[in-house]
Amino acid sequence: MDPRLTIINERLKQVQRIIAVSSGKGGVGKSLVASTLALILARKNYRVGLFDADFTSPSTHAILGVKEIQLKEEKGIIPMQVHGFKYMSIVAYSHEEALPLRGVDVSNALIELFAVTRWGDLDFLIIDMPPGISDATLDLIKLVKGIEFLIVTTYSPLAFETVKKLTKLLMELKVPVIGVVENMKMKESPFIKEQVAAMGLPFLGEIPFDSKIEEALGHVNVLMETVFARKLAEAISSGFLLSPRRL
Amino acid sequence: MHEWALAEAVISTASQIAEKEGLNAISEVKIKVGELQQVELDIFEFALYQLKTGIFKDAKFAIETVKAELKCRVCGHEWSFSEARLSGDSAEAIHFVPETIHAYVKCSKCGSSDFEIVKGRGVWLESIKGVK
Repeated sequence: MDPRLTIINERLKQVQRIIAVSSGKGGVGKSLVASTLALILARKNYRVGLFDADFTSPSTHAILGVKEIQLKEEKGIIPMQVHGFKYMSIVAYSHEEALPLRGVDVSNALIELFAVTRWGDLDFLIIDMPPGISDATLDLIKLVKGIEFLIVTTYSPLAFETVKKLTKLLMELKVPVIGVVENMKMKESPFIKEQVAAMGLPFLGEIPFDSKIEEALGHVNVLMETVFARKLAEAISSGFLLSPRRL
Repeated sequence: MHEWALAEAVISTASQIAEKEGLNAISEVKIKVGELQQVELDIFEFALYQLKTGIFKDAKFAIETVKAELKCRVCGHEWSFSEARLSGDSAEAIHFVPETIHAYVKCSKCGSSDFEIVKGRGVWLESIKGVK
């Protein structure tokens, strides 16, 4: 028997809310939303953790300007303290190397890191998910009690087509979905808002395409001054921040 | 001491099995430890003995090391982890997350990093013995 499976919820028992930032497609801004969400919550004095679960294409370290991830070893792994929150990424071990992983390896690495990482007391653990509904998503739904999903889409019907499948799966499995954020909006249209409402999910808000965002990558103070960060803060204040407790 | 976290996982899992099977005292726990994870057995064993309380009070831990074997998915070549020449940093990364081997080790025949860890990955709880 794999001894790591039973310890995961023990490791997370002092975490009030575990929020997976997810989407059906890549390139919609999940990592940016997850990283900025962690920053916003930390600046509101919540106890926050950010875990980059996109093992083959991790990017939160680049968004946050973390050059070297320094983890402590103390009866497990203690995440790095950065910008006011706890941070863990597989980049701490893979560094600058490419890390090509098949599904079984993604599962094993995910289980390993959840089994040995000591997050301690947190109000929010934000997980930056890889795109789609494959191994990481299925493993976290199976292994992490009380996990909730925050869905990111763009205006593109292609992105939303995959989001519909992701949310359908989550709803069938009775996994809580906090709501949908529309990112990179380039023209006025109620399309996504109406589609989300039709699915019976909360539409959290829209974030316009921000041409300044690339210059802010790696500089969190600049990032937090962007239209992107301001609109994201507005979007999440609409509901779920009211309760730093599991719903 | 990352070994401590692995030992906690073994004790937690063995406790759950004991509860399911109605065991009141555990006499033996058999554990397999994959070579790939390079667990420091002294520390791991020390942690297990430090953590054994309650129904584990008289338990013995039998730890077996399993050689890590790798098989290339491209050319089919099979080789062992012990053949890999790793720097200290790479070995440490693999110790914490064995899957990072795919960043540091390539098939010794064709150079692909698309290979399977056939056996000897990490810690595995093989069996427990006890009395009801």
